[in-house]
Amino acid sequence: MVLSDTELVEFYKTMIRIRLFEEKVQELFRKGELPGFLHLCMGQEAVAVGSTGALLKDDMLLGGHRAHGHAIAKGIPMRKIMAELFAKESGCCKGKGGSMHLSDRDLCLFLTTGIVGSSIPIADGIAFSFKLRGENRVAVTVFGDGANNTGAFHEGINLAALWKLPAVFVCDNNQYAISTHVSRSTPIANVSGRAKAYNIPGVTVDGQDVEAVYEAVKEAVDRARDGNGPSLVECKSARLYGSYAADSQSYRPKEDIEEAARRDPISLLKARLMKSGALKEGDDEMIRKDGVAEVEDAVRYAKESPYPEPEEALRDVYG
Amino acid sequence: MREINISEAIREALGEEMARDENVFVLGEDIGLIGGDFGVTRGLMARFGADRVRDTPISESAILGTAVGSAAMGLRPVAEIMFSDFLGVCMDMLLNQASKIRYMSAGQWTLPMVVRTATGAGTRSSSQHTQSLEAIFMHIPGLQVVMPSTAYDAKGLLKTAIRGNNPVLYLEHKLLYFVKNQVPEEEYLIPFGKADIKRSGDDVTLIATSLMVHRALAAADKLKGQGISVEVIDPRTIAPLDKDTILESVKKTGRVVIVHEAWKKGGFGSEVAAILAEEAFDYLDAPIKRVATPDTPIPFCPILEDSLLPDEEKIVRAVKEISS
Ligand SMILES: Cc1ncc(C[n+]2csc(CCOP(=O)(O)OP(=O)(O)O)c2C)c(N)n1
Repeated sequence: MVLSDTELVEFYKTMIRIRLFEEKVQELFRKGELPGFLHLCMGQEAVAVGSTGALLKDDMLLGGHRAHGHAIAKGIPMRKIMAELFAKESGCCKGKGGSMHLSDRDLCLFLTTGIVGSSIPIADGIAFSFKLRGENRVAVTVFGDGANNTGAFHEGINLAALWKLPAVFVCDNNQYAISTHVSRSTPIANVSGRAKAYNIPGVTVDGQDVEAVYEAVKEAVDRARDGNGPSLVECKSARLYGSYAADSQSYRPKEDIEEAARRDPISLLKARLMKSGALKEGDDEMIRKDGVAEVEDAVRYAKESPYPEPEEALRDVYG
Repeated sequence: MREINISEAIREALGEEMARDENVFVLGEDIGLIGGDFGVTRGLMARFGADRVRDTPISESAILGTAVGSAAMGLRPVAEIMFSDFLGVCMDMLLNQASKIRYMSAGQWTLPMVVRTATGAGTRSSSQHTQSLEAIFMHIPGLQVVMPSTAYDAKGLLKTAIRGNNPVLYLEHKLLYFVKNQVPEEEYLIPFGKADIKRSGDDVTLIATSLMVHRALAAADKLKGQGISVEVIDPRTIAPLDKDTILESVKKTGRVVIVHEAWKKGGFGSEVAAILAEEAFDYLDAPIKRVATPDTPIPFCPILEDSLLPDEEKIVRAVKEISS
């Protein structure tokens, strides 16, 4: 065990906050209140919280299209994320990014990308700048299993390994890229096996176990910070719902969906914390109540915020 | 004044900017140890060290990804893509990343990065090492596109590109690397979006880019002997484009020929022609003409290659067609 009960309860709280946020977003989307595409991370909260929890505030986090959880875990106020989903001026990107493109410069969340795999070479550049300037920071990018067959993944990890960059590559392997099971896209059992080709450490952990995720990512981050180069950490997780909000999951066996529900990372952590006595039923209720209040506040804030002025569409094209 | 060629001018600009600002670094394939396929970066590794002059594997996406990420952190990368044709393998980094990150983040991230690349035909290397692709990149909001035709312009524009805060595609024509002209020893910068009138004239406006500026000037010389006074305008940067200088010239001459090496269809000339039709229609005394490459890839055979590209004779013919 690497985390104290107190730390684990904090992680638990963040996971609940993410879950409640995503459930609300799903509900709003179904009611037609949110424009655009939505990729929710219900079932993958342990990866978001465990990996982000292993970073220092100054470490740069990069993510992809399924990054609400990472943004919350990195400390972006829910209000700013919710307002972004509502396309409001008060959103973290003034309503110009949306669900797939969240960012907060001050909190070191780089703009999340909608192009699968593309954050990997960009993380190289960020890590390179840390290295060249002698800053003691690490660049960490999270991506799905789908990214592991892109050219960007292979070029990016190869270069990071070659240049010993302070980068960590975290694959949140939820087993599917939309309808394509990883066994139908990837000819090796574990994405972490890719690390061998680049002569860097590669590990696979249970992505539903927040402590296991934290431990593996922390080790990789420490290693990177110590100047020993990048690592690849694969977290095997599972989506509770579809790839995008309207996905009926016709391609997914029933047992697979049931197994995901059975191994819900929040239930697993709760059982563990209850068993150790770190969490009481009453605490859990409080945590949920606070979470619901925070989400409701974010929705109210987002709804009350104005849309951007028309001129905003023409701003920020050039620097 | 001393004369240097474009290759030397670019090297000087890189050296001066690297000496001036430690955030500037260069990366690309074979640019360090041997100083680049075309020798442009020769000597930089010895002078600035392997940390800031970085040879990379053949990984164009990783090269531009490194440029994007490091630029966002405040470095000023100058990435070299050996041939502009290879931009096809890392298009995402320009199309979806460099040109979009500032916008989608509502200005939180700024990307001061330059992508230098060798462009153009005439090198007898068939269809994958000869293309002029500027129109594709000029089309993308968020990118700036620079096409120097002289050593003087090459140096001043590159320094501006490096000091600017935008992703810049800097296109170096292979046949121009060793063309010399006067370049002062003292420092100077050339602003973007400011065309240069390479030759003044009254009868016809020739708008030309990169290598074609030289062919347009040669044509203008010949036409002078035939009593036609030609003004030659070099936009130097096609994004941003100096519309004012072009419009002013066309309002004076009433006749215009646009010359570029890229394909005619959907090319830079199409855009200029459209601008003129929208904003100077009443001043035109003749149809707008374009001299450009027909709708075909570039062949290996030198005779065939030369037959496709705009040359002095084709430019002269086009000018005469609208001058009578
Ligand atoms: C380069 C690229 N190709 C295709 C897509 C369309 N697309 C969006 S999400 C997705 C699946 C991605 O799967 P994975 O990387 O495993 O992440 P997950 O959605 O499971 O979190 C695809 C194919 C894209 N956004 N980018």
